[in-house]
Amino acid sequence: MAARESFEPSSPAAAAAVVVRLRQVAKTYRSGAVDVAALKSISLDIAAHRFSVLIGASGSGKTTLLNLIGCIDIPSAGSVQVCGQDIAALDDDAVSDFRARNIGFIFQNFSLVPVLSAYENVEYPLLLVGMAEADRRQRTLAMLEAVGLSGQARQRPNELSGGQRQRVAIARALVKGPQIVLADEPTANLDSATGASIIELMRKVQAQSRTTFIFATHDPQLMSHADETFSIRDGELIERRAGEPR
Amino acid sequence: MTPLLKIAYRNMRRNLRRSLMTGSAVAAGAMAMLLFGGFASYIFAGLETNSVERIGHLTVFRQGYFLIGAGNPAAYGIDRYREVMQMISTDPVVGPMIGVVTPTQSLVGIAGNFSGEVEASKTFLGTGLIPSDRERMRRWDEYGASAGYKPDLRMTDSEASRGLIGIGLARVLGLCVPLGLTGCSQPAAPKTAVTGSGGAAADEIAALALHDLPDPGAAGRMPQIDLLAATANGAPNVVRMTVAGGEAQGVKELDDNYIAMPLGLAQQLVYGRGEHKATGIVIQLRRSEDMQKARARLLQLFARDNLDLDVRDFAEQTPFYGQVVRMFSSIFLFIALVMGVIVLFAVINTMTMNVMERTNEIGTIRAMGVRRAGIRAQFTIEGALIGAIGATVGAALALGIAVLVNQAGLTWIPPGNATEVPLRLDVAGRPLLVLAAWLGLAAVATMAALLPANRAARLPVVDALRHV
Repeated sequence: MAARESFEPSSPAAAAAVVVRLRQVAKTYRSGAVDVAALKSISLDIAAHRFSVLIGASGSGKTTLLNLIGCIDIPSAGSVQVCGQDIAALDDDAVSDFRARNIGFIFQNFSLVPVLSAYENVEYPLLLVGMAEADRRQRTLAMLEAVGLSGQARQRPNELSGGQRQRVAIARALVKGPQIVLADEPTANLDSATGASIIELMRKVQAQSRTTFIFATHDPQLMSHADETFSIRDGELIERRAGEPR
Repeated sequence: MTPLLKIAYRNMRRNLRRSLMTGSAVAAGAMAMLLFGGFASYIFAGLETNSVERIGHLTVFRQGYFLIGAGNPAAYGIDRYREVMQMISTDPVVGPMIGVVTPTQSLVGIAGNFSGEVEASKTFLGTGLIPSDRERMRRWDEYGASAGYKPDLRMTDSEASRGLIGIGLARVLGLCVPLGLTGCSQPAAPKTAVTGSGGAAADEIAALALHDLPDPGAAGRMPQIDLLAATANGAPNVVRMTVAGGEAQGVKELDDNYIAMPLGLAQQLVYGRGEHKATGIVIQLRRSEDMQKARARLLQLFARDNLDLDVRDFAEQTPFYGQVVRMFSSIFLFIALVMGVIVLFAVINTMTMNVMERTNEIGTIRAMGVRRAGIRAQFTIEGALIGAIGATVGAALALGIAVLVNQAGLTWIPPGNATEVPLRLDVAGRPLLVLAAWLGLAAVATMAALLPANRAARLPVVDALRHV
């Protein structure tokens, strides 16, 4: 399997549906006196409405890549376009607003706001986009129902199990109807049965909402659900593989 | 409740012990500021009341008297002072503001007691007054800060030669025992004790008194003293005053020289058979807040009528008042500064710990789309909330403590006072003080939270998310 410099859709139809476009993106960190290249000139396109997975060993650069796609980090070189927007052209507030409208995050450690109930955690992103209260309420309750947590709406994160917390995190990521949901090891802190149910839930929600899911994971279960897989090693993209048709 | 406030409130409760410690520092600061502020306010009110009872709010003098006339009061008498008083009382602007308007005559001279076993004389500073007007002035108590107990003035308008002297002067003149004064121990003195600058004149006073003055037996058992002064024309004059009692003046220099006498007696001594004038027209207003307005109007009236008159307020006449106000204000500022610094560091410490503990949460909500300003607002509101709640609790405690202290019946003798006054903390009556302390501490807490809040807002999202 030879490393390639670029993984871009070949057909014009596929190019039209691209939601993430990276061109010669590099990211270098300063570690003490040494510069560490986390990503080395990666170019890739990710198609919309897909279940895409970034795989690679720890330290390979997949989380860095996910952060750049999520617009929470800036590349040392190259360009990042998300949903057709060149992120470098936006200032910090505009990038924040862009994230609030277009990107949902699911974190390995759930990262719920501990002082908010499940309902309030899910509602939070809608507050950021200024949605009216009645609409907020309707969408939040619908989302909680979709992830099977209608009965736990008033409970705080510390009153929920790991699986329930991750369901709240999924609901929070999806409630605003983002174009992209980014998930970094979403099943890493869950047992295999709970992990499987979470994957199933995300698959189901993705099929209904047509949202693009991009994962960084080691989880073989999750890889097996991927529409396409990007393999990363030592900061380089070495393979793009389409998954089994579903 | 807005989301920011809700999250701030819940985070405050989440770290309850830490929030309590910080809130307690704010509450202690509020209490210290309000209790001392309440005490100082009561002192100010007491001093003002004491001054206004004695010398009114405003005094009209001849131009120049206030600065250089004390050495020769007779030269600065106000001509036709009754007409001036009438003009002031009937003025449609200033008239309704006035509670009492009364003339006063200042004088200096030599007082002598040659009637008994002790023969002594002493220079004195005298004030001629109208007893009934002074009695009305003594009842002024706009702030409820009067000392309460006031000894009988022991002077009446009908007793034309009855006056009071300072305890110190009574001691010098050997009148402690005849006047039955307590706290007026009298050391043994030589048969012919002559003190002060009046020593050389003692024989002359005695001689003048023997020739010119009425029989002392008319005054019954009260002792009498002879008062010698130069008239406005420079001629020596002497009158005899019946001493109705001694009155402590609080300041030894004044106590050793003070004589209060009926206005007529003072005028007789200073002006003899000439036109009787007054060195001052004392004006006591109903409310202190009218003082500057009344003063401006009086100056306007004097300018209109080409009167050579000046107006001075009680604070100018009693520098001690201003000194005490400045001293207590400085102490209050010092306390406020110390408390502010304590609150500042307590809140910075707490909010810095909050930011450290919630770094991952900051990264999460930043990733969700919260702007830097939103993070800054979140932590600033938390600091402000701790400050506001702490200040509210502190203010409530201060009000409660003030009520307890005020009901305890404690008394003390303020500097310059001769009698005990109630110890009170005027917190409830000073809403502006409470508001200022509350706002000040809440503002300090808010500003203190800004530092860690800025640090939180500046955190790179990926670094915050990596934080464990």
